[in-house]
Amino acid sequence: MSSPRYWREIPQRYRFEGAKCKGCGKVYFPPRLICPECKSKEFKNIQLKKEGKVLTYTIIRVPPSQFVDQAPYAMGVVELADGVRVMTQIADCDLDKLDIGMKVRVEFRKIYDEGHAGIICYGYKCVPA
Amino acid sequence: MRDVAIIGVGMTKWGELWEKPLRDIFAETGLLAIEDAGVDHIDSMYVGCMSSGLFVGQEHLASLLTDYLGVKHIPAARVESACASGGLAVRLGFIEVASGMSDIVLVSGIEKMTDVTTDGATFALATAADQEYEVYHGVTFPGLYAMMAKAHMHRYGTTREEIAMVAVKNHQHGSMNPLAQFPQKITIEHVLNSVLIADPLRILDCSPITDGAAALILAPIELAKQISKKPLVKIIGSGHATDTIALHSRESITELKATQLAGERAFKMANKKPEDIDLVEVHDCFTIAELCVIEALGFVEKGKSGKATVDGMTALGGKIPVNTSGGLKSKGHPVGATGVAQVVEIVKQLRGEADKRQVKNAKVGLTQNMGGSGGSSLVHIMEVV
Amino acid sequence: MVGIVGYGAYIPRNRIKVEEIAKIWGHDAPSYKKGLMLEEKSVPSPDQDTITMSVEASHYALKRAGIDPKKIGAVYVGSESHPYAVKPSGTVLAEAINATPDVHCADFEFACKAGSEAMFVCMGLVQGGMIEYGLAVGADTSQGAPGDALEYSTAAGAAAFIFGKDNVLAEVEHTYAFMTDTPDFWRREYEHYPRHAARFTGEPAYFKHIVGCGKGLLEKSGMKPTDFDFAVFHQPNGKFPMRVGKMLGFDKKQIETGWLCPKLGNTYSGSSPMGLTAILDVAKPGQRIFMVSYGSGAGSDGFVFKVTEQMAKVQSMAPKTRDMLDNNKRYLDYGTYAKFRGKILKAE
Repeated sequence: MSSPRYWREIPQRYRFEGAKCKGCGKVYFPPRLICPECKSKEFKNIQLKKEGKVLTYTIIRVPPSQFVDQAPYAMGVVELADGVRVMTQIADCDLDKLDIGMKVRVEFRKIYDEGHAGIICYGYKCVPA
Repeated sequence: MRDVAIIGVGMTKWGELWEKPLRDIFAETGLLAIEDAGVDHIDSMYVGCMSSGLFVGQEHLASLLTDYLGVKHIPAARVESACASGGLAVRLGFIEVASGMSDIVLVSGIEKMTDVTTDGATFALATAADQEYEVYHGVTFPGLYAMMAKAHMHRYGTTREEIAMVAVKNHQHGSMNPLAQFPQKITIEHVLNSVLIADPLRILDCSPITDGAAALILAPIELAKQISKKPLVKIIGSGHATDTIALHSRESITELKATQLAGERAFKMANKKPEDIDLVEVHDCFTIAELCVIEALGFVEKGKSGKATVDGMTALGGKIPVNTSGGLKSKGHPVGATGVAQVVEIVKQLRGEADKRQVKNAKVGLTQNMGGSGGSSLVHIMEVV
Repeated sequence: MVGIVGYGAYIPRNRIKVEEIAKIWGHDAPSYKKGLMLEEKSVPSPDQDTITMSVEASHYALKRAGIDPKKIGAVYVGSESHPYAVKPSGTVLAEAINATPDVHCADFEFACKAGSEAMFVCMGLVQGGMIEYGLAVGADTSQGAPGDALEYSTAAGAAAFIFGKDNVLAEVEHTYAFMTDTPDFWRREYEHYPRHAARFTGEPAYFKHIVGCGKGLLEKSGMKPTDFDFAVFHQPNGKFPMRVGKMLGFDKKQIETGWLCPKLGNTYSGSSPMGLTAILDVAKPGQRIFMVSYGSGAGSDGFVFKVTEQMAKVQSMAPKTRDMLDNNKRYLDYGTYAKFRGKILKAE
């Protein structure tokens, strides 16, 4: 993971910062320059809600190399209380207790580290609420 | 806009082609297509390739491949739309001929995936997903499609067996395709007992990693009539659409909007409806993808694709045969080549050259190629003249 | 008046029981349980570390404080398991709580008292008027060498405190510091596990410094043990804090509320600070709290807190420490525990 690429997304990864379109009120995560719905270029910085529910999920058994020690792990599309959807891991949950519709909340966790010597990458995960 | 015909096709056996470098795989199929077409020159070239840079460290394919095909100095472009790179090459070649800009255009797709380890291939393929908001968190492509499968099963009651049937059917078809990577027949039990990759998908739900290429020669119909001795296959519709790259940003997790829109655009241009199509080649990168695609294209009602597959609607001999080539599952999936290979199959079928897997009275065929988890899609409709 | 204006703790969900560890090494579980007065300990998941736990505990502290994080003038994290050897835990924490960029940051280290150390310094900066609010965190995911006695107790957790002058929940009435150079427990650079000097870690180390600091604090404040409703000491096992409390003149009842070790283990820099949060969760206005930490090497920080009327308003605004300790637990077997704690040697 390159340092600039990691650092640039810190407001989103650490603080869950999104943008609310001033034209139509739709919330985007991450923020963007123009609203695809109403074409407005004016946005308000907001912090996304940290509660949500699982829309769909899977259990990754064959992971990418930096996640090899974490497998098997659950991933899901979570719909947050403000309507935004995010893709996250679902942590601290017995794999056989995962369910569509289950309530979750967002916690700050380590996503992966680059071996013994690279930077440590943090971000958001969901845990059962 | 002129009418465009496909006058030549070329494809060699797909698989782990250890001995052949990318340039030779390309040249082989390009030469076969040129020979099949009976042309003595080509005016320009499009090559669909997702990630030669990551797989073999090579970009600037246009120059490399025109040289190795022996067609130095012609205009050429390498195009990319993840796994829809091949379909995109078809469309752009079609537009170049239809517009009158060029007469004889080579359209090719290629991918050489086996020089890297599985991990390297997974990494390259993952570039088709959202790096910062999907891949960063640990999702894989099987994972994304597995989430679609879970959602489809939850919403419509689609069963694991119905999903597995796609793989069984496509292997049944692929067993009759001498160029397929995995022509072995499999059963539902094989699928359901194979190793879990991302619940509920197992390894036999997933298309493989493959080396391979496919090529077409396009020409305007008037010129084609003069040159070609084979039945002419006309491209009567081309549709292209994009959607959000990230699965979680789609309007619906079980609906492939880009495919639906590309299909609508292609049907409109061709002045055809799903009922008019005799056979289809779709992008079954994972079993569930085929189910979602045939729903998106309007061949079955939403939620009914599982049952339709189990009932044999999409098998050879059924109402609308899907993936007589074996699909990505059995034929293989060298990413950039797939979209072109789908057209090769339709052309062979419409010409009556499909041998054991021939669809009777095939007149109109459709190909659907898709990138990533559905972020882009190209649909082409062809009719034998 | 300077004191705590917000507090929070975080405990990972995973636990492992003494029996499960003893089974692997062929130790006699009942005698370890009795000798250490310890039943089980918390275990961090592989995606948790000092930084992630600090962030969650600090979010809870901010909820209780109800302040704008941009007003925090200092962010200090004390730990002996900072994820980086060079690059502070505090900067990640400060970004995560939106306190950057006009904020001072430093990481603290002093074995198990790095947390109370951060509290000590924060409090001083607020009192001196240099900052308006300061955040001090004690957090650890320490390692115990496999088969060593410490493996039973090394646990994970975090406690966060925001210090300020407005709407104080618990006033800092007195502080004291006591330290010497004592090689009772240490870890050299590049070593994976710490080492300790066995029985020497008791009387000349733990007890000498807590008693030294405790007596100093009582003298400086002019108070007696009976003036306090609660007492919390560093908890390397269940037994030591009870014993040292008795040595200073406190009774079991005063120590019980903050006595988390039997079910939590030793959370190192989080140890006495987390005990303090458990006390703050239930303390009533006017009650006094006596806290003395201990860090090997060696030293102790002492605090006298007096709870204010404001406390009752905020206790339920975030999860309580005992609730996190007692509920929602997942028990691990030793294999999973070893995998989670990175104790298994893998190919490079």
